[in-house]
Amino acid sequence: MMSMRRIKMAEVWTFAEQRHGMLSEVSFELLNRGKKLAEKLNSPLTSVILGYHIRKGDIDELISRGADKVFVIDDKHLENFLIEPYARILVSLLDEYNPHIFIAAATTLGRTLMPYVAIRKKTGLTADCTVLDIEEGTNNLLQTRPAIGGNILATIKTSNTRPQMATVRPHSTKPALPDRNRKGEVIYKEYDDEILKSRTKFIKFIKDESQQVTVQDAKIIVSAGRGIGKKEKFKIIDELAEILGGAVGASRDVVDRGWKTYPHQIGLSGKTVSPLLYIANGISGSVQHIAGIQTSENIIAINKDPDAQIFKLADLSIVGDLHEIVPLLIERIKEYKAREAKR
Amino acid sequence: MKIIVPIKQVPETSNVKMDEETGTMIREGVESIINPLDLYAIEEAIRLKEQFCGEVTVISMGPGKAIEAIKEAIAMGCDNGILLSDKKFAGSDTWVTSYVLSQCIKKIGNFDLILCGERATDGDTAQVGPGIASFLNLPLSTFTSEIDRIEKDSIQVKRLVEGGYELLDMKLPAVLTLIKEINNPRLPTLKGKLKAKEIKIPIWGPKNIDAQDECLGLKGSPTRVVKIFAQKISREGEKFIAKDEDDLNKAIDKIMDYLILKGLI
Repeated sequence: MMSMRRIKMAEVWTFAEQRHGMLSEVSFELLNRGKKLAEKLNSPLTSVILGYHIRKGDIDELISRGADKVFVIDDKHLENFLIEPYARILVSLLDEYNPHIFIAAATTLGRTLMPYVAIRKKTGLTADCTVLDIEEGTNNLLQTRPAIGGNILATIKTSNTRPQMATVRPHSTKPALPDRNRKGEVIYKEYDDEILKSRTKFIKFIKDESQQVTVQDAKIIVSAGRGIGKKEKFKIIDELAEILGGAVGASRDVVDRGWKTYPHQIGLSGKTVSPLLYIANGISGSVQHIAGIQTSENIIAINKDPDAQIFKLADLSIVGDLHEIVPLLIERIKEYKAREAKR
Repeated sequence: MKIIVPIKQVPETSNVKMDEETGTMIREGVESIINPLDLYAIEEAIRLKEQFCGEVTVISMGPGKAIEAIKEAIAMGCDNGILLSDKKFAGSDTWVTSYVLSQCIKKIGNFDLILCGERATDGDTAQVGPGIASFLNLPLSTFTSEIDRIEKDSIQVKRLVEGGYELLDMKLPAVLTLIKEINNPRLPTLKGKLKAKEIKIPIWGPKNIDAQDECLGLKGSPTRVVKIFAQKISREGEKFIAKDEDDLNKAIDKIMDYLILKGLI
């Protein structure tokens, strides 16, 4: 028997997500997380990318953002995410290299692929983590996530099986910055038809214009909760967002009532955001909402209730009626902008 | 068409109160309900049955009182149910839960479709639906927003992803997890309630589903919760109370000053 067994290092792996041939930003957020874990473990950081016609520039980008090694699996069958070939390839790679930690983004892809893989590997998977750390002494991965509708945080460990798998909330950390001088190893892997076959056919992607609001990428978000009162009143929120060049957000309550559509929903059951400015209008600040906005740079809250939870998180709190304040604020911003334009 | 719908009984958490000292949920007076997102799976299953004939079986893993959830699903229009309840199941994580449910589904056998809610509102992992698909080695569509077409051995679905929808054609049997967009769940009917009252729900344990003991409960779970704590809410900023019209203008000044100071406009 060949004794050339690979030395089992406690490697940290990240899943580099690409969609429609574009490497997504969240891959760099994972590298930022992964780098901190790898440093603590004194181990290399590896990214895995699956796709078709994967660009050399994207592979280089992964290295410049912190990957020491990149596994590239490039095949026509992998152009779009299909659960069966994607899962088989990952299981095969994990079997072969046995990393200690494997993290992916808690996107629709990550939240589908990772549980499918974790079952096959008979290992633990923690969904939607907001904090990852290494436990001193044991070197186990400490995975912290909001639980019970975001009312508490739970720290979870996978002590006895490997890899320790987790999905990480997009935008819950900043992307790793590029360093063009970094060097890394690129390993191309190929798989046969048995692994690449699928009982699912990808027919097409249908772009949804209403989802173009992408609150997740907005620098400024103006959002409203139940205090807005009714659907028609959202006009003032839309207007304030527009004049500030921002996106419109909504609390779960408002979306459940049908006053705004789901892509606008902010909070644990919607989107986690970290804009430069978050203006919360008539939002009481349920724990699940707060968990979705807490990394915002600046938070301004307007609410009638002086005891609203949201005020605890706000940098500037205004106790008052949003229906009076927001229209006045819009006027003042318009005046300000007109004045500035003349200067 | 035979459809299996795994459901979960959860605490009614939309107005959950927390003990700030201990960081635990105050359970007194908290009602147990069917996981609200499972209602979409139940509804879709009943609609498919109405369209194509067949049978809808609801399964649930949980304590004895989870039988209420199964009965409610039957009152909505499902045909029968099985409760998976045993001391050995206690403390199961998503790996074990997926294992138990998939073992039960294997035992039932001969199904065309498994419909799940996107996630449970208490655990919020969204892992058990994909987990069942993995154990049963079946095609999977998560975040499904529409079933476009069903043929003898295939199904065409739309799933919600970032920035749009994917259209997939899958071989049956398959597992779908469904999102809110897919339908409006109906209420239980009087006739359904009567049926639910009469029906006997079998309770299955590890032996009934050929489950291996070492794969069950806390012992079989790869993950452990090691700490639970309350979220710290930090940064208490300036608070201004606008009581009258004069204050209102001052409030606007405050906001404008802040926006200008921070270079936000």
